[in-house]
Amino acid sequence: MSLVFAGVCSHAPGITGRAHMADPDVRDRFYDAFRQMGDDLRAAKPDAVVIIAAEHFANFFMNNMPSFAIGMADSYEGPIEDPGWLGIERRQVPGNRDISQRFITEVMKGSDIAYAEEWKFDHGIMVPLNFLTPDYDIPVIPVNINCQGPPLAPLERAWAFGESMRQACEAMPERIAIIGTGGISHWPATPDSGKINEEWDLDFMDRWCRNDKAALLDDDAYNDLKVYADAGQGGFEIRTYLTVSAAARGAKGVVHFCEPIPIFAVSCTVATYDLATV
Amino acid sequence: MTLYAVQKFLYELNRTRALQTAYEEDRHAVLEPFDLTDEETSALVEPDIGKLFHLGVNGQILMHFAAFHQIEWQDYLQRMRDGIADYGPVREGVYAMTTGLDDVVAPVHQSSEGSAS
Repeated sequence: MSLVFAGVCSHAPGITGRAHMADPDVRDRFYDAFRQMGDDLRAAKPDAVVIIAAEHFANFFMNNMPSFAIGMADSYEGPIEDPGWLGIERRQVPGNRDISQRFITEVMKGSDIAYAEEWKFDHGIMVPLNFLTPDYDIPVIPVNINCQGPPLAPLERAWAFGESMRQACEAMPERIAIIGTGGISHWPATPDSGKINEEWDLDFMDRWCRNDKAALLDDDAYNDLKVYADAGQGGFEIRTYLTVSAAARGAKGVVHFCEPIPIFAVSCTVATYDLATV
Repeated sequence: MTLYAVQKFLYELNRTRALQTAYEEDRHAVLEPFDLTDEETSALVEPDIGKLFHLGVNGQILMHFAAFHQIEWQDYLQRMRDGIADYGPVREGVYAMTTGLDDVVAPVHQSSEGSAS
């Protein structure tokens, strides 16, 4: 079959863990957009959902840090965080080892990646699933891009990784959805948490919607030093978003929600590509 | 001896329930295998969140350590600010502080829901 759904969303732990601290008006509009994305995702009837997250030292550390990794198991436990702190109960999330293995085999034809038969989900995957597949009834293929411990993979390699995943989707009989999570500008888990560069976020999402490869890989705007200065260490997670752009292969996008919620630490974002536009 | 060792310990602690139990029983003993300075050891034993942030611990690792110690979010943020005030700017790593010591960047919404405070 092929790629049947592609989108991006925020994954900040405050979205569920600090829900009671946010302005309920903006919070609930965001939740509605997030859940609508879930309705649209399930309507596409995917056999598996690839979740591209920037994980946060739940599984990988600087003793052996892969730039790109994909999970290959029949189930995964999450969240690794204290469930009360995150506001999500710990559970087993279904995977599908067979689909993962075939997906990984195809991706490897275009990109050098690591695979993992163990994977503990952190908020990067658990927060999106909480809204997108609340019944946890669709197998997940977890993907990690190192956005935490520099040196980080160049944006061009993240783009190529997205292209490899698209090729893998097309080589498989299953219907595959791809969701990128994270970003956009933020200074997470520091005293700066809540600082948001809204203008930078909107500009990035404009490039994302146009699916403009040159604009998304613009080294003047998005070299690591510039991103760190303009968008914080959390800005490195744009890799997950532009990987989805590459996988969408020219499709145009729509932003369904993108507004700062400082107590959640990010411009809370929900956006999808219209795969019918190509 | 290095920020790497401090973060490696916290990485293992955050993801290993048996190590969490051992840490609760004897904090010094679980730190023994790690090559740490006295300053680093005392920061991990106390725990001194402000000192650990000052040393350069990645916030994604540090916030889970704080949650493990039942440190509430706003208190966690304040402890890091206090660490910068007491010990100076972040020594290394990518998690430096960029706002002023007294800036309020993540205000809590005060509402009839009541539990925000």
